[in-house]
Amino acid sequence: MKITFKLFATLGDLLPANAVRNIASIDIEPDASLNDIIDRYQVPRELAHLVLINGVFVCDTDRDQKGQLKEGDVLAIWPPVAGG
Amino acid sequence: MAWTKKILRVNLTSGSITEEPLNMEWANDYLGQRGLATRYLVDEIDPATDALGPDNKLIMTTGPLTGTVASTGGRYSVVCKSPLTNAVACSNSGGFFGAEMKFAGLDMIIFEGKASSPMYLNIEDDKAELLSADALWGKSVWEADKIMRTTHSDPQARIACVGRSAEEGNLYAAIVNDLHRAAGRSGVGTVMASKNLKAVIIRGTKGLGNLRDPKAFLSAANAGKKVLAENAVTGQGLPAYGTQVLMNVINEVGALPTRNMKETQFEGASNVGGEAMLEPRKSDGKPNLTTNGACFSCTIACGRISTIDRTHFSVKDKPEYWINSGGLEYEAAWALGPDTGVDDIDALTYANFLCNEDGMDPISFGSTLAAAMELYETGAITKDQTGGMELKFGSAEALCWAAEVTAKGEGFGKDLGLGSKRLCEKYGKPELSMTVKGQEFPAYDPRGIQGIGLAYATSNRGACHLRGYTIASEILGIPEKTDPLDAAGKPGLVKAFQDATSAVDSAGLCVFTTFAWTMDDIAPQVDAACDGNWTTEKMMEVGERIWNMEREFNSKAGLTGADDTLPKRLLTEAANAGPAQGKVNELDKMLPEYYQLRGWTADGTVTSETHQKFGLPG
Ligand code: SF4
Repeated sequence: MKITFKLFATLGDLLPANAVRNIASIDIEPDASLNDIIDRYQVPRELAHLVLINGVFVCDTDRDQKGQLKEGDVLAIWPPVAGG
Repeated sequence: MAWTKKILRVNLTSGSITEEPLNMEWANDYLGQRGLATRYLVDEIDPATDALGPDNKLIMTTGPLTGTVASTGGRYSVVCKSPLTNAVACSNSGGFFGAEMKFAGLDMIIFEGKASSPMYLNIEDDKAELLSADALWGKSVWEADKIMRTTHSDPQARIACVGRSAEEGNLYAAIVNDLHRAAGRSGVGTVMASKNLKAVIIRGTKGLGNLRDPKAFLSAANAGKKVLAENAVTGQGLPAYGTQVLMNVINEVGALPTRNMKETQFEGASNVGGEAMLEPRKSDGKPNLTTNGACFSCTIACGRISTIDRTHFSVKDKPEYWINSGGLEYEAAWALGPDTGVDDIDALTYANFLCNEDGMDPISFGSTLAAAMELYETGAITKDQTGGMELKFGSAEALCWAAEVTAKGEGFGKDLGLGSKRLCEKYGKPELSMTVKGQEFPAYDPRGIQGIGLAYATSNRGACHLRGYTIASEILGIPEKTDPLDAAGKPGLVKAFQDATSAVDSAGLCVFTTFAWTMDDIAPQVDAACDGNWTTEKMMEVGERIWNMEREFNSKAGLTGADDTLPKRLLTEAANAGPAQGKVNELDKMLPEYYQLRGWTADGTVTSETHQKFGLPG
């Protein structure tokens, strides 16, 4: 199934070639966990700091759960960042 | 100790300049900078006084670590009563001016009265003189800076100056130092101009050697720097992307206030964020961002130095703006961008340059323009007022034009200089003003981030993110992640952030260090620098004391618990999209618990027990 995958800041270069800016459409197995996707795109797990599904944070202990994503969801990831 | 123990008192009415010793008892109770200068303000002015009258005072103030090698130890603040909010104002700035005050042997400069004609203060170590500013008045900060440098033939002098917006009475005028750093909020520049004081130029050559325990200080400062360097945020994220990395984050979580806070996500966010600033542009292949930059002694270097595309309509005939200068920080980018619906990064950068050039707070300017755009949309403002300009959301032309006329206080720019509250009142729609206590909101929507709503409502200087940056926890997971959509637990979080920030703001340090440092990293640096046995506990206690003192100042100025609120829009109109869709801010659930934790009455008054517990003045 297809989801929208976004990688920001220093992680942006890890997106697949079809990416426009920080956004790519990717195909995933329906039961893929977040960590499966994080590993597939070689995002170092310690840099997957802010992980959001449709804007809602998923804490790192929940990222191995299967079936959290559904068709059309947006998965967005940032390394540790801050501002003000 | 890291105090020079010297204050300069400048009476602008009489022209007298006197030195006096720093009150070290107060330094023990209020640390420095924000806390200590506010203690002086409380002692010296009637909080009910007219903020733009000669009885208000303007204090430029440093902390014990200002001018030291502690990382970010270059900050100074400007404290006075605010004309925008009628509450206490304290605006903090980086750059190099604060450290130069120390090098000239000064902890603080207190300005009182009002000069009969424009003046500026020239300080060269022990020499201090008031000079005529007739040649500077009517000039922008950038022009005035150039003239003063030529007059004093000293390229290394440091200058803090107000621009034409302040001279024209713009209520959110800033004091700009080092060309593009600013004590930005609450109209401290307006107060400076109301005293006919155009600028302060300082050259100090004394250095700073008076640390309590130099060896312990160097070791504590070095340990602090190591923590900053090894932390992913302060070591990598902030230098590379600046605060602007937040644009896409806050949009994704559905808390990016858009078009005068009507909406909570902006379709053009990715065009104006930190990543976009690094993209090569078509015309010359260069990105908006040239390099990052650092304030005095800072090892983080979050500052942005940018250029505008020379082919952009705003500057194509104005080579004077084809320069490298202070670029977009997140707050400015948000107010000039999403809040006005404009996603043209060059237009935003141009407007930001003008805010620096003529000393305007870009947050208040952008938010006020956003309110004006909504007033235009509803028909309350028409082309009759704007002189023909279509003030439409999303118009880059309108943004650039508005920045030009407001910077100079011309035509409709006078109206925009009133700030959002007074503008919306003038045009009969006060409900469209997105302000607390008369000060415009920063870049986080309290419907999508509950705790920040309470922080805005209770901030002692009106809506402000820097008085209790709960975004760190609610969104960024620093020090611990909390759920932004849940109001539970937020009163305690807000109080802890407010107290800690009061202490950091009083030390001479930048609050951005706290993305990596806890009070356990800061206290040893303060303690090694000055007398007073500065433990983490004492720092927190002093922070809480400062918060209560500011609150009591505001009470005497006429503010009450009824002012601890948010615009109706945020309490009754639900977020339209994103994770917060359907939510309003639940301030009513948080405020009573917050008052209780503060030791205040149910209507928000500091109780006599709390007053005594902290030994507050008066
Ligand atoms: S972190 Fe940024 S704002 Fe703070 S002192 Fe350093 S450069 Fe200045």
